[in-house]
Amino acid sequence: MAESQNIPQVAIFGASSGLALAVAQIYAHRRARLFLIARDRQKLNDIEKDLRTRGASDVQTLVADLSGAASAQSVTDLLLQRVQHLDVVLIAAGVLGDTEQLLRDAKSCEHLIDINVQSPIAICNRLLPLLTQQKDGVIALFSSVAGDRGRASNFIYGASKAAITAYASGLRARLSTTGIQVLTIKPGMVATAMTSHLPKGPLMAAPGPVAKSIVKAIDRRADVLYTPGFWRWIMLIIVHLPEAIFKRLKF
Amino acid sequence: MGSCRSWGGMMGHEDRSLSIHWKQDIIPALQSDQHFLCYGLGRSYGDSCLSAQGTALVMNPLDKLRSFDAHTGLLSAEAGLSLHHLLDFAVPRGWFIPVSPGTKYVTLGGALANDIHGKNHHVRGTIGCHVTELELIRSSGEAILCSLTRERDLFCATIGGLGLTGIISWCTIQLIPIESALIDTECIKTSGLEDFFKLEDDSAKDWEYTVSWIDCMAKGRSLGRGIFIRGNHARAGNPAAEYAKQSQLKLSIPLQAPTWLLNSWSIRAFNEAYYHKQQRRLSKTQSAIDPFFYPLDMVLHWNRLYGKPGLLQYQCVIDSHRQEDLSHIFHIIAHSGQGSFLAVLKKFGAVPSPGMLSFPREGYTLSLDFQNQGDKSRELFQKLDAVVEAAGGRLYPAKDALMSPELFQKGYPNWEKFRSFVDPKFTSLFWQRVSGG
Repeated sequence: MAESQNIPQVAIFGASSGLALAVAQIYAHRRARLFLIARDRQKLNDIEKDLRTRGASDVQTLVADLSGAASAQSVTDLLLQRVQHLDVVLIAAGVLGDTEQLLRDAKSCEHLIDINVQSPIAICNRLLPLLTQQKDGVIALFSSVAGDRGRASNFIYGASKAAITAYASGLRARLSTTGIQVLTIKPGMVATAMTSHLPKGPLMAAPGPVAKSIVKAIDRRADVLYTPGFWRWIMLIIVHLPEAIFKRLKF
Repeated sequence: MGSCRSWGGMMGHEDRSLSIHWKQDIIPALQSDQHFLCYGLGRSYGDSCLSAQGTALVMNPLDKLRSFDAHTGLLSAEAGLSLHHLLDFAVPRGWFIPVSPGTKYVTLGGALANDIHGKNHHVRGTIGCHVTELELIRSSGEAILCSLTRERDLFCATIGGLGLTGIISWCTIQLIPIESALIDTECIKTSGLEDFFKLEDDSAKDWEYTVSWIDCMAKGRSLGRGIFIRGNHARAGNPAAEYAKQSQLKLSIPLQAPTWLLNSWSIRAFNEAYYHKQQRRLSKTQSAIDPFFYPLDMVLHWNRLYGKPGLLQYQCVIDSHRQEDLSHIFHIIAHSGQGSFLAVLKKFGAVPSPGMLSFPREGYTLSLDFQNQGDKSRELFQKLDAVVEAAGGRLYPAKDALMSPELFQKGYPNWEKFRSFVDPKFTSLFWQRVSGG
């Protein structure tokens, strides 16, 4: 077990997300052993090459569709057969969705809730026995600043992220004496594939520095991370706006 | 009007832009429109990086590494990787890019497509001399592996091919080993062009990097005075530790400056101060990588200093024996009153580039930037063009916004051969301007 103390073992669900890749690159630099789960075999191959080149001790990939609780559970079981210990679990699978389409089309709405809510909860629940048994480790879940308050322009996505924020907060409380840390990650807008159709405003952050702050929060065993940090203050104001005013804002 | 912008402030004419995050996205993207051009980090000054119509494929998200051999220094990476991130990876491991341009905010694909050169051209030639292979994706959907021994003509057309032969999806380059992340640097104050010519020739053998900054406002006996800079990678250091200490702190110009900020007075004052900053003739230091190679990168968005009209660059190369034409050029600029902050002079060596349309060739290269003053700038450039054309020289497409089709076609006699390798769905504003379509 001496080896595993120097070499972090990291599992990433939704590994082809831009932010997850940037986080994985930092762990690769630390010579981590990485377990990557994503839907697309070719993307996983490209990512694996990158992470091996950057110094990962080992990269293992699992192809799985994380758009439902059942498939998320079965890939988690596959992962559990391969690992005895996990230092970090990062759950990054998610979709942004287009609110107008989500309102019209029940299928895509269901799909969004499956990926953003059902699947992360199923994965975490499944991993809990291993983590409680090892009595340490960090579970980091991607929520979003959008989950702090539902806004007119993206409240379905926001609702899905609010579910994750609530789940993570409860899980953290439940595990607080066990040695397991739960981190809620609330990124603002980050320039990745998820947001490439959006205009590049001054609030759009680069994935590199955001990934760095995520790894730092995992290292510090933080509870909640707003990244970039200024979002904490923006959201503080937004959350406290009286409803009478807030409901008139169409952003 | 699109949203892609060149460093000089021109806008692309694309109907839409599409970010490429994965290699597998390239072929479907190429089926989605009739006209394309790749756009990287937008450091080309003029219109060579700008679409004439159709889709601009934004390549910088495609930036993963593919492989690295720590024994040989062969690095393979996707084409959107910036030299900035390449250095972050390579320097701590004791390797360096073989050819470094004046900014590290360029993509590998852009570096290849412009066959960039650096302060060590006299030793290493252009970046194209260090590319061992690349994958080119044509609009037909074909992915073609190109190198000097495989699809040689297409390889040579793509190196310096201004992105017109298709999409470079990845490439492999040979890095050079370094023992330190520091550069042993000497700065020598020069009294005029003669002084510079001699220093260039004397330094070529023992110095990896040579370049000169010229005070182009100086007239008469001081014409062509400046500071000659030469450097070698330091020996016996610790690249990882040294690189970690090198500050990445950057200033940023948040907004476009007012147009009057740069005028002949402020430019003269800057040039004067810069020249006299150094008291003695020779100063020796050890520089970090950024201040030596990328001094302008310390100020992000420095092009905003030029205000709304933006800036125009002028970079020419003329044969080594045409030194008089070079003084003539300085004379024209000094008397035009349209000074340049950054006049950079360098002697290119004889190392040939594989690129069919590569700019560098043996001789002197001078690069200047000017505030875009419309007709006034155009007039000055026409005067300079006449000298360059008479001297049998040529201009650098990556910097150019104004050259005539005649000057381009005369300067690049291979252009017609090159034309046959242009992908039918690819074009740029530059290419439309100089090739007539």
